[in-house]
Amino acid sequence: MPEKKMPVLETKKLGITFGGLKAVQDFNIQIYQGELVGLIGPNGAGKTTVFNMLTGVYVPTEGTVLLNGVPLNGKKTHQFVAAGVARTFQNIRLFKQMTVIENVKTAFTKDIRYNMLDATFRTPKFWKAEREMTEKAMDLLAICHLEDKADVIAANLPYGQQRKLEIARALATNMKVLLLDEPAAGMNPTETAELLECINTIRDRFGVAILLIEHDMALVMNVCERIQVIDYGQTIASGLPEEIANNPKVIAAYLGE
Amino acid sequence: MKKNRTKQGYLLNTIVIVVLFALFQVLTASMGGSGSFKLVLAPCLWQCCYLIILATSLNLVLGFLGQLSLGHCGFMAIGAYTAALLSLACERTGVFGDKGSPEFLAVLIACILAAGLLAALVGLLVGIPALRLKGDYLAIITLGFGMIIVNIINNLPFCGQDGLSLGSASSSLYKNGLGFGSKGKVSFLWVALLVTLICLVMMFMFIRSKYGRAIRAIRDDEIAASASGINTSFYKIMTFSYSAFFAGVAGALYACANATLSTSSFAFSNGGILNSTFIVVMVVLGGMGSLTGSIVAAVIMFLVNYQIKNGTWVTALPAAVQGVFQYPMLVYAIVLIVVIMFRPKGIFGSYEFSLVNLGRDLKAVRLRKAAERAERKEVKAHA
Amino acid sequence: MSTFIQTLAVGLRLGSIYALVALGYTMVYGIIRLINFAHGDFIMVGGYTMIFTVPMATALGLPAWAAVLAAIVVCALVGMGTELIAYRPVRKKGTNMTALITAIAMSLFLENLAQAIPAIGPNPKVASQIFTAGGLRIAGVTLEYTTLLTIVISAVVMVVLYEFTQKTRLGRAMRCVSEDKEAATLMGINVNHTILSTFAIGSGLSAVAALMYMAQYPKIYTTMGSLLGLKAFVAAVLGGIGIIPGAVLGGVVIGLVESFTTSYISSSMADAFVFLILIVVLILKPAGIMGKNVGEKV
Repeated sequence: MPEKKMPVLETKKLGITFGGLKAVQDFNIQIYQGELVGLIGPNGAGKTTVFNMLTGVYVPTEGTVLLNGVPLNGKKTHQFVAAGVARTFQNIRLFKQMTVIENVKTAFTKDIRYNMLDATFRTPKFWKAEREMTEKAMDLLAICHLEDKADVIAANLPYGQQRKLEIARALATNMKVLLLDEPAAGMNPTETAELLECINTIRDRFGVAILLIEHDMALVMNVCERIQVIDYGQTIASGLPEEIANNPKVIAAYLGE
Repeated sequence: MKKNRTKQGYLLNTIVIVVLFALFQVLTASMGGSGSFKLVLAPCLWQCCYLIILATSLNLVLGFLGQLSLGHCGFMAIGAYTAALLSLACERTGVFGDKGSPEFLAVLIACILAAGLLAALVGLLVGIPALRLKGDYLAIITLGFGMIIVNIINNLPFCGQDGLSLGSASSSLYKNGLGFGSKGKVSFLWVALLVTLICLVMMFMFIRSKYGRAIRAIRDDEIAASASGINTSFYKIMTFSYSAFFAGVAGALYACANATLSTSSFAFSNGGILNSTFIVVMVVLGGMGSLTGSIVAAVIMFLVNYQIKNGTWVTALPAAVQGVFQYPMLVYAIVLIVVIMFRPKGIFGSYEFSLVNLGRDLKAVRLRKAAERAERKEVKAHA
Repeated sequence: MSTFIQTLAVGLRLGSIYALVALGYTMVYGIIRLINFAHGDFIMVGGYTMIFTVPMATALGLPAWAAVLAAIVVCALVGMGTELIAYRPVRKKGTNMTALITAIAMSLFLENLAQAIPAIGPNPKVASQIFTAGGLRIAGVTLEYTTLLTIVISAVVMVVLYEFTQKTRLGRAMRCVSEDKEAATLMGINVNHTILSTFAIGSGLSAVAALMYMAQYPKIYTTMGSLLGLKAFVAAVLGGIGIIPGAVLGGVVIGLVESFTTSYISSSMADAFVFLILIVVLILKPAGIMGKNVGEKV
């Protein structure tokens, strides 16, 4: 059981209003290191909106986002990433015209230490950094079994592998908490099983906290330690998978009354 | 191993370039005096040089970063005027005497550098507000900035309007400044070629590094690039400024090759080739995302422009068609439309020429064509 | 004081012309999210058409301004042609970038084609008088009839256009397509047809703008469209691109700014000022005065 000191990612009364519509209200969550938490809810409940606030894409109109106790409100997305929050997208956003390994390497950009002079004159510092990056990238690709596709253009990968590449790219940012937005969407059972294996390998190796949005209930019940349910932008239930599965409010939200 | 291949490539390229340079020096030494070289080939090479730099530098922003900037010629104008004025100032204060002296060479290099740096600075100032916008709006705003820059230069007392092209100012650029007459163009041609080469190397190094990856990521999906930790504003502004630097250098070369400078040549609606749209044509034709393509397209467009302006075959055409060739921009507009509609990738797409990989690339092309032919045969057989 | 009134009048007249052109821009942008760079050149097309048709109209005994009817038809055809030949194919299989480059190429093509055709040719042509000369005397200043007509006509056009988009089927279809193309298709709207009609109307408007322009500045040249179009675009953005009242508001503001800058500061700075406005608007409030911000879905 990981030591429960300060949550890695925490929100306090997080909310956002779009021109009169309260998309998300009073959203509170704590995620500790090494945990895998699920965020579920019917379509349009506001799950991706929460993710967008957790990554700086939307600026919340109320509440705070804290990473290891440090508030991140108002910062830009790349600053969120630098602080340690990485994400994948509901509709895959890969760099379509770049190769698989280049996609992963872009995520290293913020950590690469050479400057323009190094690049222009190809100093040893440049070569060393590039070599290290290639090694690390191949390593990450190997986790998701993509290492033999390293030089393939990302647009040419099959769908399931594209999703895994997005995860590999997110890993490359060296994050403390990983937000996965419907990683199993559109996948067949085999691909979903592979994805599960991938996620477990990541947890074992990196010990990162993961927050997962997902509709595939089997996956969610199987892999999440805790689940939080939102509907119409508000939390309606939170707890262990078994509790959630039997919670009448949750059932009502999904099936409608 | 991949790195050895790259180092092999560098070695090969360096050897080839040194050999070509040596050949070139021999050629100029033996032919330099001849009329056609002096009057035709040398000026053409100068023009090719700055066109190549303009096309490749715009490709950094248009092809690799994926943003349409229509103000490139504004930066060129800044470079041209900076270089010209600085050289005149140096002459007046007696820093150098005549064009043969070693001091002149130093001044020339300083002028080219200053041109690039000032253009880069303006690029930075323009980029900071402009790059907050995207697509259509960025195009219009860079167009606006380009016009304002030319407008401002126009209104400056010491170089406005035709200030550097009429009367005493003109002859002074040629006599005293860095404007080269036909003999000067030959003897200093190596400077143009060397500067072009250095610029190209700098651009290649930029593209094949974390910077190149970052801007291509921004082009493919800016939101995902942000989510991967890339500070998109920083890289966009930096690339824009870097590209402006090269445009300034190209402007300096232009000032060297044309002893008269007039702001009307840089105006957007001008029919000549210094307007930003001509450069866009070169980039699109060569392939947005291929520096090789820009180089080749620059040379092609130069030849096309030269033929249109000077080709003897034009006079042999019937009068109605001949009218078209009086307006080269019409031809270029048609080229642009045709390329965009039928082959938007341009000639080279995103392919970069590489000596060391030439054998492998040619083989890959042959294999692919053979596969396509086999596939077509199969389809026919089944039909 | 009389200078002020004169400047004001010129500003309103200029603004009305910009408003007419801006309306065309805004309608097309609203529906295909693309700046039709060639729009300014449609004005030039209208202008040259009228050079030919004004004498014809007078010869037929009609008032000179009847020539604009022919120009409206020609401009509408050119506009629809541009959409069919250049924009639609690129929109189907191209990216945003290629569509943008196509628009610029079309603008260049039209300008240079006009220059190359000998009948139109590179030299400016002068049109004959269109409206009666003279004007009203108010407060010691003569307000020409042309000025008053321009302002009135623009106002009328704007009202008619607004009613058209609110009340008629085609107008409503235009608004639907600009909100959501897919949804419009699902509702049974023929999107391509609607876009084509928008181009026709927008381009027809530029013919009317050309008429008003020619009435005041009888000299016509092939590049007259580009700067005029650019400033009208600034007006459209200032008012809120895609919004019809916004285009008129923007046009009037730009016209007044230009007029007052020319009068009180200097004419060469006027263009720079207009662009400065564009830069400021795009940085502070890109949606324009009357616009609303719509972000990208993540």
